[in-house]
Amino acid sequence: MSDREVKSILFAGVGGQGILRASDITCEVIMEAGFDVKKSEVHGMAQRGGCVTSHVRYGKKVYSPLAKTGSIQTLVSFEKMESLRYLQFLRKDAAIIVNTEEINPPAVNMGDDPYPEDIIGFLKNHYGKVIGLNAAELAQKAGNIKTANVVLLGALSNLMNIDKSVWQDVIKKSFPEKLVKMNLAAFQMGIDA
Amino acid sequence: MSGNEAIARGAYEAGVRFAAAYPGTPSTEIMEQFCKYEGVYAEWSTNEKVAVEVAIGAALAGEKAMAVMKHVGVNVAADPIFTVSYTGINGALVIVSADDPSMHSSQNEQDNRNYARFAKIPMLEPADADEAKQYIKLAFEISARFDTPVFLRSTTRVSHSKSVVHLDEPGKYEDKTGFVYNAQKYVMVPVNARTQRVEVEKRERLLNDFVETFPENKMEINNPEVGIITAGMPYNYSKEVFPDYSYLKLGMVYPLPEKMIRDFASKVKKIYVVEELDPYLEEQIKALGVKVIGKEIFPYTNEFDPGVIKDAIEGNLQRAASPYKESLAARPPNLCPGCPHRGLFYALSKHKAYVHGDIGCYTLSYMKPLQGLHSCICMGASIGMAHGMSKAMKAKGKGKVVGVIGDSTFLHSGITSLLNLAYNNSDALIIILDNSTTAMTGMQEHPGTGYTLMGKEAKKVNLKDLVSVLGIENIEVIDPLDYKATRSAIKEELAKDGPSVIIAQRPCALFKRGGIKPKPALKVDTDKCEGCRSCIGLNCPPIAWKKGVTKEGSKRKGVSYIDAALCNGCGLCAQICKFGAIS
Repeated sequence: MSDREVKSILFAGVGGQGILRASDITCEVIMEAGFDVKKSEVHGMAQRGGCVTSHVRYGKKVYSPLAKTGSIQTLVSFEKMESLRYLQFLRKDAAIIVNTEEINPPAVNMGDDPYPEDIIGFLKNHYGKVIGLNAAELAQKAGNIKTANVVLLGALSNLMNIDKSVWQDVIKKSFPEKLVKMNLAAFQMGIDA
Repeated sequence: MSGNEAIARGAYEAGVRFAAAYPGTPSTEIMEQFCKYEGVYAEWSTNEKVAVEVAIGAALAGEKAMAVMKHVGVNVAADPIFTVSYTGINGALVIVSADDPSMHSSQNEQDNRNYARFAKIPMLEPADADEAKQYIKLAFEISARFDTPVFLRSTTRVSHSKSVVHLDEPGKYEDKTGFVYNAQKYVMVPVNARTQRVEVEKRERLLNDFVETFPENKMEINNPEVGIITAGMPYNYSKEVFPDYSYLKLGMVYPLPEKMIRDFASKVKKIYVVEELDPYLEEQIKALGVKVIGKEIFPYTNEFDPGVIKDAIEGNLQRAASPYKESLAARPPNLCPGCPHRGLFYALSKHKAYVHGDIGCYTLSYMKPLQGLHSCICMGASIGMAHGMSKAMKAKGKGKVVGVIGDSTFLHSGITSLLNLAYNNSDALIIILDNSTTAMTGMQEHPGTGYTLMGKEAKKVNLKDLVSVLGIENIEVIDPLDYKATRSAIKEELAKDGPSVIIAQRPCALFKRGGIKPKPALKVDTDKCEGCRSCIGLNCPPIAWKKGVTKEGSKRKGVSYIDAALCNGCGLCAQICKFGAIS
């Protein structure tokens, strides 16, 4: 990376999916790897089933914790249709990781709005690299559906030039001992997916 | 570390051991962090006015005291703030105001820099977490040195962003408390206030000199063609997109360094003032006769980001757009699975009343499909508004005007309005939504919970007794997840003459100490489900709709199903289902 280059990752999903925990872990990993890092999110109302996003930005020196539109290199979407909500922030050559799990918003349940069809196909038509995986299913295999966020981190780690062992060390420190093995398994499933 | 954690850390490093606050996004985590440090006293006061008064009391005793609140909390606390500016503070007093541009979690986006100028109180504004830690320390120094309260202004992006923070050794606490008798300075009757008023102007002149040398007002002369005057987070946004421009970054936004601004203006050709919300800096700088470009190109509303600044300065009207052009179903925040408010508002919506809302999780019930309330202004307003509407509507409003208010909100600022309602006697029905905690901001204690912020057991107010001594005679206590009982209580109390209060009592579903243990998840029997969507009307997160699952001999077009991973078995939907399909 050049001195002025700043890379941005956008985490997006639905409140309760462990998005902020995942972006916290990512920041720790980036810090361990020797970068300056800033992240931004909003707490409060967004935790209650609404949209949640977290911007993570790193480089030699980072000023803004928020990325500008058209500048983000990587999107990690924790829910399928949420991947469509923030595309104005992405660069044209962005990589997108999508959990293919569907969570209906209220208007879809009420029959007022459709759930968009063929989201992955749409993304593949517009962006170079699109990785779809059912993180919920993989997390279940790892031992608990709640590790879906760490499955997605496994997939993210494949796109970042930071040694896997740094990720594993941070994951070990981020969870109570009895949950570490399960989360490391979930991380590996994301790497292999 | 987040900006809020850094403020708590900085206060602790500054030797501060006393803080009072009322929770409110984006300020809440400051106290939650501060109370964990050794040797501190920290309290949730009943509201922001009380918190400031508590902090003033501590400061008059010689303590370094901190009062913390969100931007609208300063409105509640404004009365003592304006006058403590006259008296001075003996020890040290810093008021932290966490503003919320873009209203991520607020009812307005007022620019509290105006309070500094209005109340003649110095204000510092950090741009990130590291500065937040440093500036709160400087704020206490300035407060003690100039015998003045000092504001520290944060915004959501400073409070809730995380960045690298450099820690220092915590300063030692020295107990300097004692009584200082000085009636001329501390008794603000007119004759003394007139004297102190002059002292305020003397202090202003001293601060005007001080601010010219304040090291956190920083000039960076790079490209002499273009300069940016800014403060707080917009500095970072600007540096991101225009790293080579010249900068005057103001660490103190009241008072402003006049000489420094003129000096900067003499060194650069063209100046932009980059600030969110009001043209606060811009108007004062223009009043100096310095030519700057501001709100004619930058928005008045919402928070900025680097793109907003770049586009405004470069005149680019075409921001990067999403290739996805279809409209996307909104995903608004929602009441949690098992939330007691859901039962209350579902029942209330059947009564076709006009419901005045208040500030809390329950405000979310205004949306489709619950549409449970029809107004919301500020904390404590629902009771007064319901009373006023009931009086104005006279017979037309009988049995149709309701005010709802949470337990924490009622204790914050609803008690006096309920007393007013009883005293002036209207027919409004008030429903206190008692979930045993301050849920919206994340389970803070209040006088009805039986515990303090420091985790000590405390006097627990009995809401029913309190309502009764205020003069309310019709009081019912119900469980809002008991659908039939809730409906009949509302019907009965709406029909009565004079004021009534229903206390809907059930702990928040997320509140561990509340004792509500999750029950096994409920299931939809797809043979019995007729697809009527009554349960969808509850807007409960685990309940979803699957179209296309038809049944022989039925007109149904789909069925409901329940996500077992999210359902906590509260049983409300089973009471609503007309076909007995949920169990």
